[in-house]
Amino acid sequence: MPDVNRPPYDAPDELGRYGDFGGRFVAETLMHALDELTRLYAAVSADPGFQATLKAELKSFVGRPTPLYRADRLTAHAGGARIYLKREDLNHTGAHKINNTVGQAMLAERMGKTRIIAETGAGQHGVATATVAARLGLQCQVYMGEEDIVRQRVNVYRMKLLGADVIPVSSGSKTLKDAMNEAMRDWVTHVDDTHYIIGSVAGPHPYPMLVRDFQSVIGEETKTQCLEAEGRLPDLLIACVGGGSNAMGLFYPFVDDDAVDMVGVEAGGEGLAHGRHAAPLNAGTPGVLHGSRTYVMDDADGQIVATHSISAGLDYPGVGPEHAYWKDMGRARYVSVTDSEALAAFRVLTREEGIMPALESSHAVAWGLAEAARRPDSDILVINLSGRGDKDIDTVAAIDRIEVGG
Amino acid sequence: MTRLAGRLAGLRGRGRKALCTFITAGDPDGTATVPAMHALVAGGADIIELGVPFSDPEADGPAVQAGSERALANGTTLHDVLSMVAAFRAGDADTPVVLMGYLNVFLKMGYEPFCRVAGEAGIDGVIVVNLPPEEAGDFKAALRSHDLDLVLLVAPTTTSERFRHIAGEASGFLYYVSYKGTTGAEHLDARAVGERLQAMRPALGDLPVLVGFGIKDGASAAAVARHADGVVVGSVLVNTMGSVSGAEIAGRLTAEVRDMRAALDAL
Repeated sequence: MPDVNRPPYDAPDELGRYGDFGGRFVAETLMHALDELTRLYAAVSADPGFQATLKAELKSFVGRPTPLYRADRLTAHAGGARIYLKREDLNHTGAHKINNTVGQAMLAERMGKTRIIAETGAGQHGVATATVAARLGLQCQVYMGEEDIVRQRVNVYRMKLLGADVIPVSSGSKTLKDAMNEAMRDWVTHVDDTHYIIGSVAGPHPYPMLVRDFQSVIGEETKTQCLEAEGRLPDLLIACVGGGSNAMGLFYPFVDDDAVDMVGVEAGGEGLAHGRHAAPLNAGTPGVLHGSRTYVMDDADGQIVATHSISAGLDYPGVGPEHAYWKDMGRARYVSVTDSEALAAFRVLTREEGIMPALESSHAVAWGLAEAARRPDSDILVINLSGRGDKDIDTVAAIDRIEVGG
Repeated sequence: MTRLAGRLAGLRGRGRKALCTFITAGDPDGTATVPAMHALVAGGADIIELGVPFSDPEADGPAVQAGSERALANGTTLHDVLSMVAAFRAGDADTPVVLMGYLNVFLKMGYEPFCRVAGEAGIDGVIVVNLPPEEAGDFKAALRSHDLDLVLLVAPTTTSERFRHIAGEASGFLYYVSYKGTTGAEHLDARAVGERLQAMRPALGDLPVLVGFGIKDGASAAAVARHADGVVVGSVLVNTMGSVSGAEIAGRLTAEVRDMRAALDAL
């Protein structure tokens, strides 16, 4: 039963804290830019003109609303609860990332910034950033780890076609976290004319809040669509969690709906017991990385450790601070799925429904299939299909030992 | 008065500019650090800033990143760094040593345990790159209870109101970041630094201000030191640590610091 006496959820506070998490742990040079961004964001949040323009952009440029698709064959395959897929893969550029980049590019325009930068792992956020940059005529540079450039070469080429510079990052583990370090170094150097479009609900305040808000369109639509289709809210929401933006976008509008359970699925890699994974909420400890206090994967000396996931977009040692908060207060549950489980789910969804999911989203599908089987057919599950799998063809083909396109 | 504050007050009394020199602990290996610290002092360094290596040094340029990577490659931990300072103290009881690092490493050890061991090892203060004063409350309290200084940073982008606030919160000295960017870049504009520090002089009271980022030789050190109590020199020394053979490091460091010392003393 909902507790009617409980005040509505209102995190973060004015310092950007979600309980013990969040905040602003950055070099002093960036504090002013973060203050400016916070002020501007507060102004546009209350500006009906901005909100109307954003809504129109999401409709005409992104293609929203995305369907809430009843996956009957997937439901039959699992043999239990009814499974719905929130089709973020049908967005322009093929993932949920563009919901955020459209909003942040509008903020950049309002601030008079002529250049935008981004970090990317799977390349989806990089493509979504390059896309809005092209549309608005802004200069765009995307930082990407060398290892990810190899894994996601199709997206690298897409970004280049869109006119963005893709800057290879060769430091550290050569993946998403190192790309984020390099983007922060760029921003601290070019803070006057550059807006940094962080792609997840991570980073210093106000990023986790504003990315959450821009992604909340996912959950808001889901709410309306589920009520239309089923006459009630879903019982369970499932989404993959790397930084956690697609999960937060789906979950947040339901935060005060106590009857709706939420499960975030982290990248279990080769299994949590082996240490080669990317599941800080399952196996990490509270620490500070990339501007916020959150769960991180580090060693006994506080050094951030190398992570592993089959999906570049989940291969990150931190997580959005609001997820850390929700884990500790029990509002959402966080589990993990291994590389091979995600890959199996990729194949099932592709064959059963004709929908090829991103390997990131396949983690949510894997957990959803198993969870549906444990529940009665009266239950309703919504899985966030955060992106499409075309970008992962090379990775899957390599596992199948097939050469694609010579 | 802490050893750090005492040293800076003494220098100011004598009209001498402070030279704070930075190297990363454990770079290129654990045996190099203590002799290198003594070599810096021999060249005329007044304060040693010792880098604690971190896997993700997001505010540092290529030189300091490389130093951090070399130190981590040979397994340098915060405990090792504290032991190195204790060993340095056996031969030098007077030169203040300030640790520079990123918060997660200190957080992992725990503020109170760290401060206790740091005090025993003879450390005088810390600079935490990614810890603005808004987030510094707990660490600052622990440091203060062990008479350790928390050196805070201000930057060209820091508003005047915020500058005054930070100057009020800092102890030991205020670290003025000379330009927008990472360590070791070529963006130094001594005149802009001078104008800003002149404008903010009333906010500083007795708090000394040292300028860092982009100072690489005697000329740049002197140009900036005109407007401040002293300078911090880092990347150029870290490059030496990484490029010179072990036997030559101490001599090279001493010579480089001596050049900068001479330029400062000629002011």
